[in-house]
This record gives sequence, C-alpha cells and structure tokens, in this order.
Amino acid sequence: MTNPTPTKLAVRGCNITMMRGGAGRPLLILHGAGGMGSWAPYMADLATRHDVIVPEHPGFGASDTPDWLDNIPDLANFYLDVLDQLDLQNVDLVGLSIGGWIAAELAVRNTRRLASLTLVAAAGIHVKGVEQVDTFLRNDEQRIRDMFHDPRRADEMLERTSRPELEDIHLKNRTTTAKLIWQPRGYDPHLYKWLHRIDVPTLLIWGANDRLFPKDYALAYQRLIPGSKVEIIADCGHLPQVEQRQAFVSALEGFLVNRKAAA
Amino acid sequence: MKFFNFHLMPYRHADLDAIEKNGSAWVTYSNRDYDPKKGAELYHEYLDQMELADRLGFDGVCLNEHHQTAYGMMPTPGVLAGALARSVKRAKIAILGRALPLLNNPLVIAEEYAMIDNLTRGRFIAGFVRGIGAEYHAMGINPAQSQERYAEAHDLIIRAWTEPGPFQYVGKHYHFNYVNPWPRPYQTPHPPIWIPSQGSSSTIKWAAQMKYTYAQTLAPIAVVARMFQMYRDEAEKAGYEASPDQLAWSNTIYIAETDEQALREARPHMEALANRFLKMPTEMLLPPGYSNIESMKRIRAAKITGKPQTLDDLVRNGVVIVGSPNTVREKLAEYQDLAGFNTSLTKTQFGTMADAQARANMAAIAQEILPHFRERLPQGKRQAAAE
Repeated sequence: MTNPTPTKLAVRGCNITMMRGGAGRPLLILHGAGGMGSWAPYMADLATRHDVIVPEHPGFGASDTPDWLDNIPDLANFYLDVLDQLDLQNVDLVGLSIGGWIAAELAVRNTRRLASLTLVAAAGIHVKGVEQVDTFLRNDEQRIRDMFHDPRRADEMLERTSRPELEDIHLKNRTTTAKLIWQPRGYDPHLYKWLHRIDVPTLLIWGANDRLFPKDYALAYQRLIPGSKVEIIADCGHLPQVEQRQAFVSALEGFLVNRKAAA
Repeated sequence: MKFFNFHLMPYRHADLDAIEKNGSAWVTYSNRDYDPKKGAELYHEYLDQMELADRLGFDGVCLNEHHQTAYGMMPTPGVLAGALARSVKRAKIAILGRALPLLNNPLVIAEEYAMIDNLTRGRFIAGFVRGIGAEYHAMGINPAQSQERYAEAHDLIIRAWTEPGPFQYVGKHYHFNYVNPWPRPYQTPHPPIWIPSQGSSSTIKWAAQMKYTYAQTLAPIAVVARMFQMYRDEAEKAGYEASPDQLAWSNTIYIAETDEQALREARPHMEALANRFLKMPTEMLLPPGYSNIESMKRIRAAKITGKPQTLDDLVRNGVVIVGSPNTVREKLAEYQDLAGFNTSLTKTQFGTMADAQARANMAAIAQEILPHFRERLPQGKRQAAAE
C-alpha cells in the first residue's frame, strides 16, 4: 500500500491536515506533542485492518492555530466536532501522550461515536510522588533521549528529526505544547473526577520504562476508568508505537478483536 | 544626562563552583546555599548603598524583580522600595520593573505602585516588564500566555489609575467586579512608565507609541544604538520626535585611578556576573511561546547562552565602561553621542563585589563623572540628523 497523502479538512473555519489510509472500522489516532509526523510503520500496520485517520491538531504542523485554542479541553471539544463532521460511527479512538489526554477529555464528554478508547502513555492526570522528567528544561537532544529506553533507538530518531528544514514546525509544535500543558504541568486537576463516565471498553498501553509519564500513570488511569485494562510493554519508553511497534500493534489489535467479539 | 544607581542585589556569597556545576544560578540552584544571616546583611548593605547614591547626587535608584535566583534577591521589589521611600530623600525610586504576567492579580501592582508613589510624594517611576524566561519556570506561569497577559495587565493597571472607580473589568485572564484601588497614584495621571527590554522590536514599537521611556538592558553599545534608533523611528511614525530623555541605557561603570587598575579590580566581579549569575541554558531562558517563532530562531541561532565572556570582551563591545576617570568620561560621551540616550542606569556594585569597593566606585563616579555630564545632551551627527 502506498502511504496516504496528507489532505486538508476545514472544521468550523479551522483548517487542519489529515492523513487517512486503510479500510475497516474507523480508528482515529490523536498524536502527541511531537506532532503528526509522516505516515509511520505502526499506522501502516493498523491500516491493514482499519480505516486509520490521523488528524494534525490545531496549532501543530501545517494546521491552523485558531484564536480559540487555549487548552486541552478546547481540543477535546474540537474533535467532537470533527467526529460529527466526518460522521464517524463506532470509532476506535487511540490517543498518544497529550493526544491521550485529549482522548480522555473527549470520552468524558461524549462517547456516542466511540466503540473503544486506547490511551498510550497518556498525560491528563497527576499522580503524587512519581518523578517525571521536566521536558521544558531539557534541550532538543535530551528531550528525544528521554523518550526512549534503548539509546540506539534515540540515535535513530535524532538522525531523522534533527533537520534544519523542520525547525519552524518544531518550534510551532513546542509553542502550542507549552500553551496546552505548561500549567498545571501536563494535567487537568479536574479530569480525574469525571473519568468514571467513560463507558466504552478502554485499554491503557504503557512502556515499562516511560520517564515522562511512568507506568504508575497507567495504574492510576486503570483505577479511575471502570473496567479498563492495562498492557505494560517491556523495554519500552514513552513511545511504545515506535520503540516496541510489534508489541504495541499486537496489544492494540488483541484488545480491538476482543472488543468486537464482545460487541 | 541623568544617573540612576541600578542595583541587582546579587547574593554575592553564592558558591560560584556550585552554580557552574548546576549550570545556572536560576530556578534549580538550590536555596540550601542561601544563608539568611548573610542574606540579611546583604539587604542592609545594598539598601545603605542606595541611600549613599542619594547623598552622592545620583538622580535615582533602581530596583527590579527576579525569582528563585542568586542573581538578584528582589522577588518583591516593592518591599525594598518601601524601605527606601523615607530614607532616600531626594532621588527618584524606580522599579524596573515588575513582571506583570507573573501575577494572577495585577491589581496588586496598581495598588503597590500607587502606595510607593504616595510614600515618595511622586518620586516613583513605574517599570513594567514580562520577566525573563526563567521566571516562567520558577513561577508556574504559561510562557505562551506571557504577551497577552502583559497587554491585559497593563491595560487594567492604567485604567485602575486613570478611571474613577469602581468599575468592572472583564478580560480573558483577569476578571473583576470592582476595580477601585485606594490609594490613587500621587502623580497625575500616574507615575512615569519605563519599559526595560532586551530589545524586542514589538516592545520598542509599543513603548514609542505609548511615549514610555525605553530602557535597553545589557547589550553592546552598537546594539543599543540600533534599538534607540528604532525607537526614534517608531516615534516619528507615531507623529512626534522622541526626546533623549525617553531613552535609558542600562550599563555598568567601574572607575579606578588607572585603566589597568580598574580592569584588574573589576574583572572577577564582572566575570562572575556574566558567566555565573547570568548563565542559563537556552531552554530556561527561552521557554516555548515566550517569544514569537522568528525571534526564537534568531536567538537559538546566536547560541547566546553558551559563550563565556571576559571583561575585555564586555569592555571592547561597550557593554560596560571600566577605566580611569578620563577613559570613562570619553567612552560615556562617545556612547551617549552614538546612541542618543539621556539616562544612564548604572550598576555600581556587580557580581561578587564587596561593600567597600562598591562604595568607592560610587564615590568616584559621583566625583569624576556626574558633574561632567549633568548638563550634557547627546551631540553630533545623529542628533543633527534627528533635527
């Protein structure tokens, strides 16, 4: 299969970029602070069984930065508009890192169009006493290294991303990330109170060696979302979909198959 | 020219090796190294220096605000302005400035500044800044909201000073049912407003449009001259001619009998300031969103936070003036004519410099420099061109 070409989507006056490939039930991926990036191998894997939809958040990459964008709940409401506009049903929603925070906020508000929720190394809540890297006090290289368990994978990522032509996008993504998560740092102090409202099957995928949102976060989310399941992936940092792609895809597919069997 | 004694109030007993090891004197340099006994002595030593500046004939004294750093011990400069309001008898007192976006309630600044203006019977100068990037790490304020919070807080404070209260204020970040501060400022319509900046073009443009005095912080004199020209150009676009009184250069002056002696005596203290107290990694100085993307790229490319600076670099580039009385007079006159300012915001104590040396420097400046510049205005081509 050839990689899908990014297209434009206008939602209530906000133009965003979107990649869409594969066939099957819709699987919507909300990216993390690093941005949408290009069509990744794990997306191609998932596209063999799903209609994979990857929007680029407002404020990131080539998407608009609308005046209304101030916080993660703004994006959660925006994606409810996106689901309506694309008229998607039975969506398997997958949120990565701050995309996981957006997905959790969205699911707390409304699961009408969702079939399931998967949070991967998600921000959004605070767990007391768990040490986290302050990514805003790390330089560009340290920040990439912090995300990987295996330093060789960090080297590969550094080689791929340290390109001067990406600097504008990189700075735009960093600026929007700061706007969204600086204070409180990476969480909404009110989100945890309402996670019990999530009434679709929920999977929590975490790297065992995540230094940004350590696996205690997975366990805390599990306590807060009724019936949610946890998959901890060994030898894995903050990006399971990149660092342990096969384990990630198989955990997600296993969950989605069972979810469909049950449904 | 007018001379203000600008104090940073460094914690001059800081362990310079510990700062070097930590990578910065800001935010993460543990306050375990702050000794309250020594700190208390320093506050009094520095306040005594400010009172001395008043007696020596300086036109004003300047305080500023920084947080969680050995670089300066003034997180709440109003406390020190209050301490000086009755002991500094003649000179103006300037806070350059308070960092508006760091406050969740900027009405506090309207109140605090109005109190100082009343206490000094109108000898107060009100500075407004955004604070440097490190402040946003230290105070938990979103750097991506810095510019809009600054604009809104400024608007709120000016209205609180100039519109009869009570009135309602509804902004994006600040919301008040009753804006009605007691006291009102002593000066009419409010204290003079000065805007210190590292040289952001949008800040310079705005200051010129508002007719606020622009104060250029630590920079080579050629950059200072460029920024001041930008201010004059923006004033012209706004339909008026900027006076040299609207331009203030923040500098450091050190005087001894000979150039050689002055350089030798100033060196350890100036290099401690430049390479220890001021040092911080780029990600601390420039959190994302603090500046627009074009400025971020320019500053990242310049890699300004890495290079150690020698006193000789700083002297050669005209960031500081160090030398015999004659050398200092020549340089200052040259720089005044080049850049066209009429206020010198002068650090007389800097870095690790002890009290006796700072006081001797202040006395030398008062004796050897002030009288020669009292009536002096910027001269030469730049001014002729402006006329």
